[in-house]
Order: sequence, then structure tokens, then C-alpha cells
Amino acid sequence: MIHRSHFRHKTLPYLLLLPQLLITAVFFLWPAGRAIFQSVIRQDAWGISSEFVGLATFIELFQDKLYLNSFGITLVFSFTVTALAMGLGLLFAACTDFVIRGARGYRAMLMWPYAVAPAVAGALWYFMFNPSLGIIAYFLDGFGYDWNHYIRGRDAMVLIIIASAWKQIGYNYLFFLAGLQAIPRSLVEAAAIDGAEPVRRFWSVIFPLLSPTTFFLIVINTVYSFFDTFGVVHATTTGGPAQSTSILVYKVFNTGFIGQDLSNSAAQSVVLMAIVILLTFIQFRFLGSKVHY
Amino acid sequence: MVGRHRWLTFTAHLILIIGVLVTLFPLWIAFVASTHPMENLLSGRFPLLPGPDLIEIYSEVLLRGQSRGSGIPATQMMLNSLIMAVGITAGKILVSFTAAFAIVYFRFAGRNVFFFLIFITLMLPVEVRIVPTYDVVANVLGPLQSLLEVTRLDRLIESLAGIEVNLNWRLLNSYTGLILPLIASATATFLFRQFFQTIPDELIEAAQIDGAGPMEFMWRILLPLSTTNLAALSVILFLYGWNQYLWPLLVAQQEKYLTIVVGIQRIVNTAETQPIWNQAMALSILALLPPVLVIIFMQRLFLKALIDAEK
Repeated sequence: MIHRSHFRHKTLPYLLLLPQLLITAVFFLWPAGRAIFQSVIRQDAWGISSEFVGLATFIELFQDKLYLNSFGITLVFSFTVTALAMGLGLLFAACTDFVIRGARGYRAMLMWPYAVAPAVAGALWYFMFNPSLGIIAYFLDGFGYDWNHYIRGRDAMVLIIIASAWKQIGYNYLFFLAGLQAIPRSLVEAAAIDGAEPVRRFWSVIFPLLSPTTFFLIVINTVYSFFDTFGVVHATTTGGPAQSTSILVYKVFNTGFIGQDLSNSAAQSVVLMAIVILLTFIQFRFLGSKVHY
Repeated sequence: MVGRHRWLTFTAHLILIIGVLVTLFPLWIAFVASTHPMENLLSGRFPLLPGPDLIEIYSEVLLRGQSRGSGIPATQMMLNSLIMAVGITAGKILVSFTAAFAIVYFRFAGRNVFFFLIFITLMLPVEVRIVPTYDVVANVLGPLQSLLEVTRLDRLIESLAGIEVNLNWRLLNSYTGLILPLIASATATFLFRQFFQTIPDELIEAAQIDGAGPMEFMWRILLPLSTTNLAALSVILFLYGWNQYLWPLLVAQQEKYLTIVVGIQRIVNTAETQPIWNQAMALSILALLPPVLVIIFMQRLFLKALIDAEK
């Protein structure tokens, strides 16, 4: 509903908007503009003179093996975290919706990791996988696998995937559960009368009805795994061993603050910005044209 | 009636119980580790039940700081986290509430432009503009200074008034620096806007007939109507504020401003040596307990906010 009645005042609306706009301008727009500016110029080592270099930094960036490697790692990481967190979230939500009894208890026990900071989630799993005293590493040793995320890149990758997905399952679970509970019972019952078994009923009737939720969650989980997982990496593997867990958002931080390479870091920022803008665009397009049944 | 399938119901319960156990497992292990002396953890057989040192370890972590990692006590870090979380919550609510009020209840030039500017913040998470944002916080007036320099106004002022313009306002290592840059919020503004649009027109008309001005309408009608929304939003924003990582990592370089979530990295990421795991896990438990308790005890508000915010 859109309001037809309004207040009339010349300055008040601007004053009310001012705090939000000032913060947006100073801490969002200006830095974003700076990043774009710095990505197309190059400064000498003393920061005295600078010259316009156009897209040269970007071209260098995409020819840099380490950066492309980081891009690949991020895609694998992001896809796996999204698939794991959404798959398990859907499984638990479908089960909760099915059992009826005890649903509230399950919900509380499954959703809480959502409130855990990514860095803390990372620390918990980092400890359990610790090669010399971690309980999971100990179990794996019993199966003959010598787990060591300090040396083996693949192990480190599995570690940050598990920690990141574990934290996010609860979120997907809650949204899938809400989606499932919004499906009219009559539809499900009609399918039951037609003789569809529960599992078949789920895939042929219920799951398609969940598609708006599924699309929405794909975007949210991608954003999460691209950006919010910085804490997981920084608190545990610090991108290693040998850059094997250096996801894009960690790399931009590392290049800017540890490597002090401003124009390279700025170019990486601009690439990340483009990714967020793309994802936001997709999200709003999907929300704007929800799949209706 | 949907037919009940005994076996399927049983399987569903089984899957859920396994799910709950997997979810709780890290928490249990962390808790167990935080109650044992290091020798027990290093003995080669990891203990599965709590040990004798609960009070000793927690009191040391809480009151004295960790022997390796950051030197300040967890109580101080938790206080910092609390100040940051509450500051961000209050700040976001304040600026978003007033902004949404202006956008919904007034017609003015540039309204759509302003709305779009707020929308843009959605696309600029701090992670994608780390270095320049850090520069701004190192000197908030830097942008203004640059503008003066580009437009040569600084020279003008210098020649007219005889003062050299050198604007400097540092926010590093301050609570303001931890809070202020994070309080712009498109999500909260959208949420309030959505809610305001559901409030019937008759209310504003009645208020106008009674001679109430816009501010009076906001305070006496809109605010009381919004309490549930405010409470629900506060829950989500508190989690957001408490769990911040990258930002406090950059801004709080002095230990006395360290938040607990960042403090964990200091104790866990010890190069070369084995971290003091019992203290590290005690710290992790202390870091995750406040937000987890908030969503467990305010489940209804939390779920409302979560679903509303993503609409």
C-alpha cells in the first residue's frame, strides 16, 4: 500500500535523511570511488607522482596465476559450501516438517550455529581437526588417513568448507522450513490421495513449490561464502598452506594490508564489487518476479 | 489425511537426531576441552567428558587474560563487543527509522535519488572496499580535505585567512570508529519502509486533523506501533554487531579495544607453537554464548526479523 497522505515540510525530510546519507557518503561511496580511482592509476613507490594506466592493473590481475588460482579456489569453496549448507538444511527441514512431533525442539537445536561468528566456527573446527590433538584427526588416523591441514592444501580446504557450512545450515533450514510450512496442506493431501509415496511426493510436488526459496537461498549462500567467510580463513588457515585456502576476500585483504600493493588491491576490490552488484541484481530480479504457482 | 508412514517417520527422527548431534558436537568438544588441563588434551586420548579445571580455566581467561594470545582479560573483550553490538544496533535503528520515515511520509525533491543511494550500500559490503575505508577511518575528514585540494579551495582559504588547511579526525582505536562506519543500513531502512507502508492512511489524516506535526506523529504514533518490529530487528542487529570480524580487526589495533571474536584469532593463530587450547576453547565458548542465548531465548522475535528482513 502506498500512502496518499503526506506531511509538508521544506527541510525536515532532508534533516531526517542526513545521518544515514552522511555515513553512506563518507564510509561507503567515497571508499568505493577511491577503490575505482586507485585501480586505474599507478603511484610510484613514494606516493609522489601517479599516472593513469587505464585497465592495465586489471589485465595484469587476470594474468596473475596466483589471482586466477584464488578465483578458482573461491568458486570451488563457494559452490561446495552452498551445496552442503542448502542440501542439509533442506533435508533437516523436510524431516522436521514430516515428523510434526518434536518439531520445535529440533528447530531450536538446529538453528543456533547461525548465531556463531564465522571466526568462532572456524576456531571450533580448527581445534577438532588439529593433527596432534584434535578428536576428528584422531578418528581419521584410526581409518588410516593422516590428516594435516598445516601441510596439505586439500585438508585445509575441507576444514574451511566444513566450518563455513556448519555455521550456515541453520539459516537454510529455517528458510526451507518456513517455505515448507507455507505450502497448503490440501496440495500435499491431493498428491497423497493420488497415491504418491512421501518421498516421490516431496520431489514432484513439494520441491518445485519451494523454488522461490531455493533461488533466494542460492544467492544468499553465495554472498555468504564469498564475503562473510573471511573470519573463518583469517582465524584458522590464514590462506595457507601455500595459498591453498586464499579465497578472494582474504586475498584482497592480504594484498592491501600485508603486501601494501594499493592499485592491485583496489583492482581486486573493484572485481569483488562487480560480483556483489551482479548477485544483488540477480536477487532483486528473482524477488521481483517470484515463481508463482 | 496424509498417510502416516511408520518407517519414514522413524527415519526422519533418526536423521534429525543425527543432525542435532553433529550440530552440537563442536560445542561439546569445545566445552570439554575448556575444562581440562593441557596435559589431558595432549595425552593422545581425547577426553569426552568434562574435566576438573572448569573454574580455574574460565576465571583465568575471564579475569587475567590469556598466557599466549592477547594479554587482556575476556571480560574487557566482552565489554568491547557489547559496546560495539549495542552501539551498532541503536545506531542502525536510529538512522534507518528516521530515513524510512522521511521517505514514506514526505514528498520532496530527490526522494528517489536518496532512496537509491541507500539501496547502493547493499552492494558495498566492507569486505570489498577494505583499504580505502580504512583510510577514511584513519582520517574521517580526508575526503573533505581531498575535495578542497582538488578544487584548490585550500589555497584560497590559505591566502584569504592565512591558515593552512589540514583536516584530521582519527577514528582508529575508538568505539566511535568501531561503530559509526557500520551503522548505515539499507536492510533496516527497507524493513521500516515496508512496515510504514502497511500503516493505514487514516492514522496520519487523524493526526493531521488533531494538529500533530510530523515529529509528533513519529514519536507518539509511529514509534509505539513499531515496538515489535524494533525488538525483532534489534535481535538480528545485535548478532550482526557482536559477530563483526574484519572491521574491528582493522580499527582496534590497541588491545584495550579488542573484541572477543577478534581476540580468538590472537590465541588460536599462534605461529609455530601449539595454542593453549583449553583457554582458546573457553574463549570461543564465551564468544558464542551471548548471541546464541539471544536467539534461543528470543526465538520468536528472531524468526520474525529473519523472515521479514529477507522479504
